[in-house]
Amino acid sequence: MTLLNVEALDCRYGLLQAVRSVSLRVEAGETVALIGANGAGKTTLLRAVAGAHRLHSGRVVFDGVDITRLPAHRRVALGIALVPEGRRLFPSLTVEENLRVAASRRRRGPWNVQSVLEVFPMLQQRRRRPAASLSGGEQQAVAIGRALMSNPRLLLLDEVSLGLAPIVVDAVYRSLAGIISEGSTVLLVEQDLTRALRVAGRVVCLLEGRVVLEEAAGGLDRDRVVSAYFGLRRPA
Amino acid sequence: MTLLNAALQGVFLGAFYAVLACGLSIMFGVMRIINLAHGDIAVLGAYVVFVIVEHAGVSAFIAFAAALPVMVVLGYVLQITLLERSLKAGILTPLLATFGLSIVIQNLLQLAFSPDVQSLGGSAGALTTSSWQLAGGLSVSALGLVVLVVAVLVFGALQLFLARTRIGWMMRATAEDADAAELVGINSRSVYAWATAMAVAIAALGGFFLAIRSVFDPVSGPTQLIFAFEAVVIGGMGSLWGTLLGGIALGVAQTLGAQVHPQFAVMAGHLLFLVVLIVRFGGGRAVLRAAR
Repeated sequence: MTLLNVEALDCRYGLLQAVRSVSLRVEAGETVALIGANGAGKTTLLRAVAGAHRLHSGRVVFDGVDITRLPAHRRVALGIALVPEGRRLFPSLTVEENLRVAASRRRRGPWNVQSVLEVFPMLQQRRRRPAASLSGGEQQAVAIGRALMSNPRLLLLDEVSLGLAPIVVDAVYRSLAGIISEGSTVLLVEQDLTRALRVAGRVVCLLEGRVVLEEAAGGLDRDRVVSAYFGLRRPA
Repeated sequence: MTLLNAALQGVFLGAFYAVLACGLSIMFGVMRIINLAHGDIAVLGAYVVFVIVEHAGVSAFIAFAAALPVMVVLGYVLQITLLERSLKAGILTPLLATFGLSIVIQNLLQLAFSPDVQSLGGSAGALTTSSWQLAGGLSVSALGLVVLVVAVLVFGALQLFLARTRIGWMMRATAEDADAAELVGINSRSVYAWATAMAVAIAALGGFFLAIRSVFDPVSGPTQLIFAFEAVVIGGMGSLWGTLLGGIALGVAQTLGAQVHPQFAVMAGHLLFLVVLIVRFGGGRAVLRAAR
């Protein structure tokens, strides 16, 4: 079953065209990694799917429903949650408040404050502390937990490893692996190619706003990814 | 002892300024809108109460209770029609839009009510005239005390609302990062509209206090705006308790200034405002450098 269907998506910042006619399907239960150099349009694509960036043209269909014109908060109610780049927690709210404020359009499902704290035990001690006082890794855990609070059917992760120490990134990905194995559908942006290939079933590479490579992660050879990534040889 | 009494009167006056400033502080804190029509909205609230008193013949307090829902609806509609659209056009546009709104409200009030000075003091019963003389020459007016108690209750209730309720968290989350708030399922348009509705309702409370403690006319708004604005800045922009304390500091400065000379009262408040501005934005060092 196709959960997300993006058709001929075009996104612009003024005159700059960030995403050019991108079409993408994500099947239910799949984990897809979006890779590409800085400025390739990955973040814009995720934000457009979440409803945080207005489309110039194209369509976004989620579980058979055209959501192109829905505002972001209504997409959350349908089951789309984005962990934004840079975490974007609410700094004066405590960890627990950050989680609970995200439950206003909660769907039925396993995630609540308790289960999020079980997956990220390091937050247990910090639940009454303001988000601004946490370390980067703890903040990232809260950001992921906050997205999970709505019990999403599609989880969008934008560079969850950015700015974190490698050991913390490992911890974050270990928790993610548990979440992914429970059958969630995930579309993630990841700069670290090795990591992207390890967690994802399929890889989509963007270059200057276009899809230049789309393949199962399994048999993918690294050289082809690298050349697509930097646009050394454009595939026909 | 007259100085101490003056300071006490300043606290009562300052509580009134704090109520006037509260809505201004909310709108700045949540939406970063500086509402230049805030004083006129307060005066509009006073006129709504005035109309109800004139037509229904009820006491000013009952009339205010009836006016409150009207003002809540007005605030909500103001946000989703005018302010929301102006917010999309950058930070300067809301300033211009509310400046225009201020002129429109003043002129509509002049048209509807003539430029005559009005007061609701007569419809507020014995409250406006009762007072107690305490030992040491201190005088406590019933109205002053009511305004102070209501001010503390309003700020306390707001604080509890923002700190303890989920809707309060949603408002703070939207204030801190509206884009991220949308992404966790918060309808930021609706949060903004409720914030403005609250601000307008509390502005009307300020206008009501103005109307029962002294007089008002269609162009009273800008003066109230200046006092409200000074209270917000003195207390630190965007901080609620700060606004309450800022209002009280402004009131005390004015009544102490009046001890120097009756005409120095308002000027003393302005001076406090300027000193706070200079100190807070590091102007103190610049002044010292210039003096050397």
